[in-house]
Amino acid sequence: MSTFLPDSILVYMPTVVQLVYLFAAALFIIGLKRLGSPATARSGNQLASLAMLIGVVITLFDREIVSFEYIIVGVIIGAAIGTLLAKKVEMTSMPELVALFNGLGGGASALVASGEYFRFAEVTLGNSDLFIMGISIFIGSVTFMGSLVAFGKLNGKINGNPITFFGQKPLNALLVLVIFAASILLVINPEDVRIIYGIVGISLLLGILFVIPIGGADMPVVISLLNSLSGIAASAAGFVLDNNLLIISGALVGASGLILTNIMCKAMNRTIANVLFGAFGGDGTAIAVADGDSSKSIREVQPDDVAVMTAYAQRVIIVPGYGLAVAQAQHTIREVAALLEAKGVDVKYGIHPVAGRMPGHMNVLLAEANVPYPQLYDMDDINPEFEKTDVVLVIGANDVVNPQARNNPASPIYGMPILNVDSAKAVVIFKRSMNPGFAGIDNDLFYLENAYMFFGDAKKSLQTLVGAIKEL
Amino acid sequence: METLLFNLFIFVLACFVGFEVISKVPTTLHTPLMSGANAISGITLIGALVVAGASGEFLGTVLGLVAIIFATVNVIGGFMVTDRMLEMFKKKEEK
Repeated sequence: MSTFLPDSILVYMPTVVQLVYLFAAALFIIGLKRLGSPATARSGNQLASLAMLIGVVITLFDREIVSFEYIIVGVIIGAAIGTLLAKKVEMTSMPELVALFNGLGGGASALVASGEYFRFAEVTLGNSDLFIMGISIFIGSVTFMGSLVAFGKLNGKINGNPITFFGQKPLNALLVLVIFAASILLVINPEDVRIIYGIVGISLLLGILFVIPIGGADMPVVISLLNSLSGIAASAAGFVLDNNLLIISGALVGASGLILTNIMCKAMNRTIANVLFGAFGGDGTAIAVADGDSSKSIREVQPDDVAVMTAYAQRVIIVPGYGLAVAQAQHTIREVAALLEAKGVDVKYGIHPVAGRMPGHMNVLLAEANVPYPQLYDMDDINPEFEKTDVVLVIGANDVVNPQARNNPASPIYGMPILNVDSAKAVVIFKRSMNPGFAGIDNDLFYLENAYMFFGDAKKSLQTLVGAIKEL
Repeated sequence: METLLFNLFIFVLACFVGFEVISKVPTTLHTPLMSGANAISGITLIGALVVAGASGEFLGTVLGLVAIIFATVNVIGGFMVTDRMLEMFKKKEEK
């Protein structure tokens, strides 16, 4: 677009572009800052999108850009797909969508880095440029493929259990080394296109190997980490292009993703290494914890009983988990809560930080069902409340309410902060069957004196409960 | 090499800014923060514009085109879905 400008202005354009980039980078920082607080979050997001628009428009004045056909076609196609996805997605599918977007961002960064290589194929590139290109392609491709695998795991197309095989970790380490070696080789041998193809191929493979050993309930950590990686990938592309706006924005995203990853790990009392390489749950060690006591019995409960228990209670706390999302029961639970509130019951929601498949998953679902924000309580705020609570409704949550985490040092989840629902007068657990939760650990909660099991699909169970409460 | 070092300075400092800016975020905002940040990582779009729009090898241009499509989906979809979520939160607060 720079051709439309008179020469007198044209000479200043590179400076103007950089200054506008600086301005956009500042807007991104302010936008992210505002995203972190409920009152300003929406304006923060809008500010960030404005920064993006400004950055894109000024880039069109870059003197290197001479043809616009591909740009127009690409933006129209991308905008159409993006709009469609953003408008159509169900709130229960948010984790998949975030994973998909992450992957596309990472993929785009890898494509930019490799595009730069082919664009300058005949020109000599500096040594460090070539090495960074290799690394940039690597980070972007891993993010792309890893996110696609996470996407498949989240929507059930790929088995959610950890998939492991002998020698997986040494193989991964070896492949990373190969990538670094290949990037150095690229510096020595810049004209060998096969090296680029090799880096892409190995990186894609690594993306798969990196995510398949990670189980479903660890997905909040993986998604946050991939989110961070997509930022680092953008930053790496910025190194290739010598573009400060890319470097800064990418670093901001990388940092925010790492913070979320850290929060998720803390909420599970595990280290990031343990999540990534531990292949937690599914099969193996966890089962050994069962103490072999076959005399343990559970108490099953009927809808009418739960209706009476809750309707004549003073305080009820609802503890949602991934099962609520699977059954799409967020509107039905809201209906139950509304009926109880009409009868004068005090209803609260207790939310564990890793409930669901991504950070904040439950909050988004309940927000969609119009649950008032002040009724949602974080773990630390709700835990003192359980003692004076009459009934706790646990819906599709399992490991995050397992007392083993508190009192069985042999348990694999020992030390993980949990919701102390067992201290309430009665706990009703909505569950499809007695199958152990994701971690493959028996839940001591189910056998307690004050625990009642309500078997069935969460949505159907809650619907019968709604009917039962109405009949009282 | 000098530009590389310069870029590294900017990268590290921006990381610190990121950590400072986003350290205390309530659980409710975890998902919107993630998807908003995710949209920002689509900034790689401006790199894609240069790759697709500049003269050079045809293969480079094609890669640039695909990069533009990917990044635009990421940017537009990311910001829109974040806005949709935050609008939901807003509605309740007014009630």
